[in-house]
Amino acid sequence: MPTLVSHPDEVRVLSRRFGQGAANIDKYVELDGYKAVQQAIAQGPEWIINTMKASGMRGRGGAGFPTGMKWSFVPKMSEKPKYVLVNGDESEPGTCKDHIIFLEDPHAIIEGTMIAGLAIGSKLGFIYLRGEYRYLLKIVEKAVADAYSKGFLGKNIFGSGVDFDVITQTGAGAYEVGEESALMESLEGKRGVPRIKPPFPAVVGLYGGPTVINNAETIASAPHILLMGGEAYAKLGSERNGGTRLFGISGHVERPGVYELPMGYNLKRAIYEVAGGIKDGKKLKAVVPGGASCPVLTADEIDVGLDFDQMGKAGTMLGSGGIVVLDETVSIVEFALRTIAFYQHESCGWCIPCREGTDWIKKTLTRVYNGGGSKKDVDNVQYLAENMMGRTFCPLGDAAAMPTLGFVKKFRKEFEDYIAGNKAGTPIITVEQLVGAGH
Amino acid sequence: MSELANTIFSPETAARFDKLATIYPLKRSALVPMLLYAQDEVGYVSDAVVTEIARRLDLLELDVRNVLSYYSMLRTKPAGKYNVQVCTNISCMLRGGYEILDHCKQKLGIGHKETTKDGVFSLEEVECIGACCWAPAIQINYDFHEDLTPAKVDVLFKMYRDGKGKDEK
Amino acid sequence: MADVKFTVDGKQLTAPAGTLLIEACKLAGIEVPAFCYYPGLSLQAACRMCVVRIEKMPKLQTACTTPVTEGMVVQTETPEIAQARKATLQMLLGNHPLDCPVCDAGGECELQDMTFKYGAADSFYAEPKNHREEQKWSPVVYFDRPRCILCYRCVRMCGEGMDVFALGIQNRGSSSVIAPNISAEISPDHLAHVDCEQCGMCIDTCPVGALTSGTYRYKTRPWEMNHVGTICTHCGDGCKTTLGVRSTSDGSEIVRGDNRDKSGINGDFLCNKGRYAFDFANNETRITQPLVRQPNGEMKPVSWEIALDHVGKKFRELRDTRGGKSIGVIGSNRITNEEAYLLQKFARTVLGTNNIDHHRTADYVSFAQALSGKPNRTASLRDTLTAPAIMVLGGDPTIQAPATAWNIRTNVRNNRGRLYIANSAEIKLRRQARAFAHIAPFSYGALASFIAGDDSAAEALTRPGTDATALHKFREAVRAEEQLLVLIGSEFRGADLKRLLDFGTTLPNRKFAMLSDYANSRGAADMGLLPDMLPGYTPLAGNTTFAEYNTSTERGLDMLEIFEAAGRGELSALYVVGSNPIARYGVDPAVLQNTFVVVQEMFLTETAALADVILPAANLYEKSGSVTNSYGDLQLVKKAGDRAGVRSDFEMIVRIADKMGANMHALVPFGKGTRADMGQSRGAQSGEADRHAIWLTANNLEPKLSPFDPFAILDEIQRLVPGYNLLRLQLLSGNDQHLQPAAPAPLVQIGNRRDLVLPANDSLFTSGTLGRYSAMLSDLQHNEGLRPPTGLTQIETAAD
Repeated sequence: MPTLVSHPDEVRVLSRRFGQGAANIDKYVELDGYKAVQQAIAQGPEWIINTMKASGMRGRGGAGFPTGMKWSFVPKMSEKPKYVLVNGDESEPGTCKDHIIFLEDPHAIIEGTMIAGLAIGSKLGFIYLRGEYRYLLKIVEKAVADAYSKGFLGKNIFGSGVDFDVITQTGAGAYEVGEESALMESLEGKRGVPRIKPPFPAVVGLYGGPTVINNAETIASAPHILLMGGEAYAKLGSERNGGTRLFGISGHVERPGVYELPMGYNLKRAIYEVAGGIKDGKKLKAVVPGGASCPVLTADEIDVGLDFDQMGKAGTMLGSGGIVVLDETVSIVEFALRTIAFYQHESCGWCIPCREGTDWIKKTLTRVYNGGGSKKDVDNVQYLAENMMGRTFCPLGDAAAMPTLGFVKKFRKEFEDYIAGNKAGTPIITVEQLVGAGH
Repeated sequence: MSELANTIFSPETAARFDKLATIYPLKRSALVPMLLYAQDEVGYVSDAVVTEIARRLDLLELDVRNVLSYYSMLRTKPAGKYNVQVCTNISCMLRGGYEILDHCKQKLGIGHKETTKDGVFSLEEVECIGACCWAPAIQINYDFHEDLTPAKVDVLFKMYRDGKGKDEK
Repeated sequence: MADVKFTVDGKQLTAPAGTLLIEACKLAGIEVPAFCYYPGLSLQAACRMCVVRIEKMPKLQTACTTPVTEGMVVQTETPEIAQARKATLQMLLGNHPLDCPVCDAGGECELQDMTFKYGAADSFYAEPKNHREEQKWSPVVYFDRPRCILCYRCVRMCGEGMDVFALGIQNRGSSSVIAPNISAEISPDHLAHVDCEQCGMCIDTCPVGALTSGTYRYKTRPWEMNHVGTICTHCGDGCKTTLGVRSTSDGSEIVRGDNRDKSGINGDFLCNKGRYAFDFANNETRITQPLVRQPNGEMKPVSWEIALDHVGKKFRELRDTRGGKSIGVIGSNRITNEEAYLLQKFARTVLGTNNIDHHRTADYVSFAQALSGKPNRTASLRDTLTAPAIMVLGGDPTIQAPATAWNIRTNVRNNRGRLYIANSAEIKLRRQARAFAHIAPFSYGALASFIAGDDSAAEALTRPGTDATALHKFREAVRAEEQLLVLIGSEFRGADLKRLLDFGTTLPNRKFAMLSDYANSRGAADMGLLPDMLPGYTPLAGNTTFAEYNTSTERGLDMLEIFEAAGRGELSALYVVGSNPIARYGVDPAVLQNTFVVVQEMFLTETAALADVILPAANLYEKSGSVTNSYGDLQLVKKAGDRAGVRSDFEMIVRIADKMGANMHALVPFGKGTRADMGQSRGAQSGEADRHAIWLTANNLEPKLSPFDPFAILDEIQRLVPGYNLLRLQLLSGNDQHLQPAAPAPLVQIGNRRDLVLPANDSLFTSGTLGRYSAMLSDLQHNEGLRPPTGLTQIETAAD
């Protein structure tokens, strides 16, 4: 079982029920559960959307799109049914926050789904979990069944005259399905290949109907936001970045774990205070601040606030809040290779620049890693990544190119030294492991 | 009893599939879950599984194969009773994921996507399983095991070999 | 939609709002490159080659998915764009085998062209390329995976275009692969195969050499062939096929068929027969020398002069001794209009007989008579692509008329065309239909009555266990259509057909077409290869148009009567041109034992085997002229192949007439026409023109206007045949034109005519007698027999 951690700097809004057995519906209700949805029914869609707008909540999946605005884009009138879709395909390396929400507070997600449904006028919500999260799926399925048996879901919810149903769905192993339109394809029983945009999901989404798709954490936050009020929630965070979020701090830290910190919290403090500093007293080398797709920050670049805007200014991204900490023993060449190997494995293959670009970067870095590289290879890796940026069908190409560019630009000397035979850090992966099918 | 004659699945699974085909606005939405649940029962997505699921969802078998080959958890060859999936992605790698992988290889005497002779274990190196803060982590079938060391792995293997593993389905 | 103004590369352009930028650019002559974009198929945005810079957009945008909007400012060729395209090509070429020197697509490859343009010549990688063995998916489809760039055109073509869904995409990322529907695991021979209609559209649409054709692969280079666009000899749709020909020691061989320039009536489409089934021409059993039966019964090769002399003398002798009425003439539905016209004229004016018929695959006589005097009631094949509503009664276009089926599917998919089908079989096209009336077997007569308003006919139409409600709904929906194109299968004949058309023409905006089976089935009927009709369905009696024929007004013997007469010993001679009635009608060979039989054929068919003289004939790919498709669309046939020793039917008829001492100027008005063949009708191999010149010179004739020139008789067709008031320029420039039958009002009671329609019942892989000599069609039939079809289940289509 995942270990729960805590730290005095935490501001527990979303995580306030963690560790209290809130997966049990009675416990959840006791802890103010299903109050927000009743309030939402009483106040109506406009109020919900306005509250979400006021909260400054920005999508926790990684792109940081304002949630209230997203909900407001859904047309009021629609010939086709509207849907709410919860993206629990959490797959960004370094990210395990939704994991713990599903485990500790599944009803918050169900309640959030209902609130989103009320906001846009949908009667059906889907909660999609990645296939690996089977035990969590069962927890969510149980929670949904309990909500039905209590009459919270189904016909005429809370006497509102409105029906709302929830269907849980499992994936079967595909990072790409975390992309919203790919997730819809997967949910429609197809290959998880993204769709052409526009049209955007708010207009043409699941089954062709207007669809709101949000990250599980975003959805789980909605009940809390309604209960505490949009402005109060916004105040917890930084400018234009309302509230708190779950940060998963992993890698070379003393106390890895998922912590709820206010938006804008200082990254350096998060690593050194909250997560207890670098493991075994080693020196910090670099931080991948928001999941594997975010450009790396060097040890002297981490005095920065953890919100979408400040991280953007620092040349990286807040991403999914998965902070991966690298100590001085890490070989950046190896780390870059392991990162691109992941994206190569997960590229859906639809478009040429992503399919071929990830493959060639991986092949080239593998050769470099094995000692067969030349200086030109570093140029070429950068060339490939630059020509993937902004050119691919969906953001996966960027997600692969951005960290690669970060590594190659910020640690170029380390690559060149490595090629020259002067290897920094302590490479872990053996040559045999590199030829394995996992690579 | 299943609504489909000559089903290859157990009565429970068949009944579950009957229902699954009815809950979505479009029947086809049941495809990915069905494939995974079928694999849970049969051990892999066999040709017979493809045929039956295609029939159940009014799809061409080709269509089912197109989808099935996309998802990395679905396999078309049998695996061991317990499929050990070792994450070596960045967070796990930094905390000994590769060491765990090596240890598993050594301990089980098999490599990536191989099965022990007795058919009890198979091994697979997988991408991030969403347990980064509790790294290094593995999954044995659907069960997560976190914060591992080689010694803990040994205990796990013994547990599963003795039939005392959790084995979530 | 309203037009919008926008700017591309500094040019002010307008296009209807919603037009895709890539299409708008194409219309303005600005080429935006693309691998995955294919007009009419779903959008992919996968290849990223069509990226352009649009003002106010942060990233490069794909022109294939961006609709033009008012005021849009676009750049299509800047250094930034060129770089993006170059990089994409570099990534592709890293794994591409670069086996262009031996690749079929070499010289016709979009990847080559783009690499040439964007100069992605440098190589960055030291890794070995991923090699995979090529796979034989069927006798006609081969897959060379390393060449594949994953543009998914083939997948969409097969699924969306053909409604076959035999190709899919499997795996993901750099392991992605195009996969056929019979995977190696489930295949009896453990090799992957494709179970499909074998149309080859996947090959056609492949921008590179990943999919290649079994008939063409590794045979030659594109630039070593001459390419001749002519009309397919097989079904009644009359598709343009471009034949690639190469000189050989005994003529010129057709090496390839495809739809190279897509300029024909068939647009993008070509089926397996049009693409592959040209190979009968190269069959080794082909007869290339005239054969004359000797007194001992053996067939002996003789010179052309001897053979023609023998035929001419014998015909003349029999005509003069036993009378023209003792001679029967059977024409073909695969010869040109000019040949068909000439043949009936020869029969009527030289042999002196009306005993003329051909294998009829639809009742065009009743069709023409029912529509007589009602202009603008016939539809062109082109209309099937655009008609807002189509009703198909009987027939099975998917098999019988694949281009028609293609057009209808495209219409339903892209124009939201509404399709209504009534058929006693569950034909495949019903998958696109808005309504499908599954009627009882053999109830087409009742269907005609029911559609015409006779409710009492519903009972005969209804299948056991069903009720007539659906039929009534079907009829109501069809009636409610403001415009309707009605495709009629050959099941409708005589009085049934008349009843249907008589009713249909009382409603406004109804157009009709009659499906038949071969390249010139319609032309054969139009040209009067009939015992009771002159060309243009002109009755024998009381006509002035063909007064110059000076022919008997008494109807001749039809196909069956000819053989009945032979059985009674009353048939002195039988002249068969490109037909195999013995096999087709199951005629007892013994009936012809006392008849002098002359057969113009390519092969020793059941009919040719009974001949006293066999004259080796050129096929439709080896001659010039015109043909008329099922719909009445006239098109030009161009000479592509050539074979030493064979002659066109036209030439043979003229030569026989000459040997009989006929007035050549009266038969073929050469020398007095105003429009000679200016070379357009000849393919690259005009050896025959030289041959003709020799004969003409030897006979002191003006060499320019030859009696062997089909255009000499086209003048007369145009002058005399009602409805054939064609546009010469349109014909010669290779375009189709729709002609309408213009028969005078029927004098013959339709119901009393004998029903002689015998549908060919060809499958996708047969084509009458001719098809038996196509090795490729035989292979495909064999291939079909190897495995049970996967069967298409109900899949969502645009009509749903």
